[in-house]
Amino acid sequence: MDRNHLKRQVDFMKRSLLDQGYLDEQFIQLEELQDDDNPNFVEEIVTLFFNDSARLLQNIEQALVSGPIDFAKLDNYMHQFKGSSSSIGAKRVKNECTRFKEYCTAGNAEGCFRTFVQVKQEHAILRTKLESYFQACISFIWQDKLDHLGLQEVKLDDYMDEGGSLIMDLYYKYDEAHMIK
Amino acid sequence: MGMAAEAQYHVLAVDDSLLDRKLIERLLKTSSYHVTAVDSGSKALEFLGLLEDDDALAPSVSLNDHHQDVDVNLIITDYCMPGMTGYDLLRKIKESKSLKDIPVVIMSSENIPSRINRCLEEGAEEFFLKPVQLSDVNKLKPHLLKGRDKESEPSINKRKGMEECYSHDKTRTKYDGLEVV
Repeated sequence: MDRNHLKRQVDFMKRSLLDQGYLDEQFIQLEELQDDDNPNFVEEIVTLFFNDSARLLQNIEQALVSGPIDFAKLDNYMHQFKGSSSSIGAKRVKNECTRFKEYCTAGNAEGCFRTFVQVKQEHAILRTKLESYFQACISFIWQDKLDHLGLQEVKLDDYMDEGGSLIMDLYYKYDEAHMIK
Repeated sequence: MGMAAEAQYHVLAVDDSLLDRKLIERLLKTSSYHVTAVDSGSKALEFLGLLEDDDALAPSVSLNDHHQDVDVNLIITDYCMPGMTGYDLLRKIKESKSLKDIPVVIMSSENIPSRINRCLEEGAEEFFLKPVQLSDVNKLKPHLLKGRDKESEPSINKRKGMEECYSHDKTRTKYDGLEVV
């Protein structure tokens, strides 16, 4: 695929994520904080979010299924989770968190359970979508750099491991070897 | 170090959320501030050389020499933190002879007018709604300059009770003046 096509793909995916409300303006802000000195900032922050949120979701789930519900504790966990969601611009996830907190405040256990399912679902969907998005970004950056060197297109599939993730080592070693900056 | 013609401003950021710490750090560094980020109010006080239940250690009698080198030009802290809240931290700083002139900014994910007023009345320079953006960080400069020049005390005006601060949505309301928009 050529560079322009890949760029269009990235832009399209981002536009979709925004239009469909998965992400909001905050995500754009994060991208604006990325520069040559911090080229992976967004991906780092998002990775942090998903690591952190996995833990929080587990805590919330535990709190929901074990014994009498401690709404204050639930609210506290969800407050943290909502905060992180908001910080990365995860709009739909954040909105579900708000609904969950409302049920907590109302002491409505059933509402909490129902909404929690939604929270987990939105969280999982966003994770998948962002993984695709970052892969598209990497494809573009890769091709862009190769173009810059006047090299032929490289089939990225050759560099994908079984998990489908790009072998970043190769990418960085290539960078170092050719001192692209 | 420190031989630069124009020394960098040093900002101490306090937030219990790792994600938010990363974010504020990036925001501040993008604006060319030197940043130290800690995860609690007590760690902040420790860094500032102020022991929790004691009065400030005057630099000249500091038991810990390294604290004499600490020169913080602004403190930006989250409001909701376990243990010591941002408000508690603000109070301790304002009650301290050695630290009271350091400008303090509070961040919070919750838009609660009474909370905002309380912080401003206690001496906070600004109150930022999370997620904090570059446009917010751009508002820090005047406070840093003011902090440097001890002769200009923050105006008493702004502490007049502002009953309801509305705000919100996209625009970050400035609470600097008396204006209630």
